[in-house]
Amino acid sequence: MHGSVKILKCFQCGTCTSDCPVARYSDDYRPRTLIHMAQLGLKDRVLNSNTLWLCAACFTCTDRCPQDVEVAAVIRVFRNLAAEKGCIPQVFKDQAQSLIESGYAYKIPELRIKKRESQGLPPLPKGNPDNVKRALKGVKFIEGLQKPASTGETTK
Amino acid sequence: MTDKYLIFLGCAIPYRVSGFEISSRKVLAKLGVELVEMPEFNCCGLPLDPVSHETMLIMAAKNLALAEQQGLNILTLCPGCAGTLKKVNKILKADKAQREEVNNHLKEVGLEFKGAIETKHLLQLLKEDIGIEKIKASVVRPLTNFKVAEHNGCHILRPKEYIGFDDPEDPQTLKLLIEATGATCLDYIDETECCGAPSVGVSDKVALALAKDKLSHIKQVDAQALITICPFCHIMYDTNELRIEKLFNESYGIPILHYPQLLGLAMGLTPEELAFNELRVNPSNMLKQLTQGANKT
Repeated sequence: MHGSVKILKCFQCGTCTSDCPVARYSDDYRPRTLIHMAQLGLKDRVLNSNTLWLCAACFTCTDRCPQDVEVAAVIRVFRNLAAEKGCIPQVFKDQAQSLIESGYAYKIPELRIKKRESQGLPPLPKGNPDNVKRALKGVKFIEGLQKPASTGETTK
Repeated sequence: MTDKYLIFLGCAIPYRVSGFEISSRKVLAKLGVELVEMPEFNCCGLPLDPVSHETMLIMAAKNLALAEQQGLNILTLCPGCAGTLKKVNKILKADKAQREEVNNHLKEVGLEFKGAIETKHLLQLLKEDIGIEKIKASVVRPLTNFKVAEHNGCHILRPKEYIGFDDPEDPQTLKLLIEATGATCLDYIDETECCGAPSVGVSDKVALALAKDKLSHIKQVDAQALITICPFCHIMYDTNELRIEKLFNESYGIPILHYPQLLGLAMGLTPEELAFNELRVNPSNMLKQLTQGANKT
């Protein structure tokens, strides 16, 4: 998959983990270990790992990797493969659902849209969800989306 | 050089960061930049990249193709959108097979990605198209004696291979732009560290701990405000500052301003015009200090 082709170049120096802001605060998330497991072919352990979803995609690891592994892209490929198996945190399901329903990754409240006029802002461009759905026809992930049971707002 | 841009809002800004949009439009109008509204757009694709790279590529290319129809370059306020549109533009221009695959999807909606336009983030536009000198010249009320810290965030700079703007290890643009307003930009520990926002919803514990340490470092240098240029970083600090104070038994009281709010004040616009009322961390003490500071000189 695009972005992960250089994984075998990793010689386990650990720059990614030592410079990772998330690893600094998490007891479990270690990009070097995830890459090592993948090199050893431990597919299920990598894809079922809860820590996979902690990467903040800050790209510090990608920029500092002495072997040009594009670590963040490798992690993204792991996540995409996990998503194909249906292992995804709710927050991503909500965003995908919102995208196909509204064209936006977050459902923008009517109140916000109406408020724009009083704030002196031009009307919000249409998201055109019909076209979004049509353009995404045949994308496995989107077609496999089930209606989520609940759509709690993210805490961001 | 063009003074006319297609503005790409993305999702987070209309969702809950309208102060960024309002203040950006005000200062850009003063600087003579004409913004054209996109008749239609959708999410840039970035939030879906972790679960479906293919979805991200198609969504980004769809936006680029829509902009190509308008024949204008894109200006974004969100570094996430800017980074995604830049990256996909570059990938699809270089990779013919990938481009054909994406264009097969776009054909369904009567669009085609050609790679005919470029994307810039607000910060890049201010630095490269307008220039520090012109920004200095627009200042009518220098923010003398006002000491702030900056937070660039990640996506404005990284991955450097695709973004190609400033130095991710020692970024200078935002500092220069802050100093152009007459304010002082303070250095602090771990300036380039991530705000933690992308981890919210997956592990709030990690995200809040990251933001907490940043706020502590900013407090250590007595910054009167933190200046951001990303809607997600802004949400992370502004919306969560009170929560972090309670959770970690800390007291910060540091207002989080969008850069155009800072520049707007220096241009003589009022806090009301710059949507300071949208901020969660109350800026009234800071505004008082600012007036006193200006009177001292």
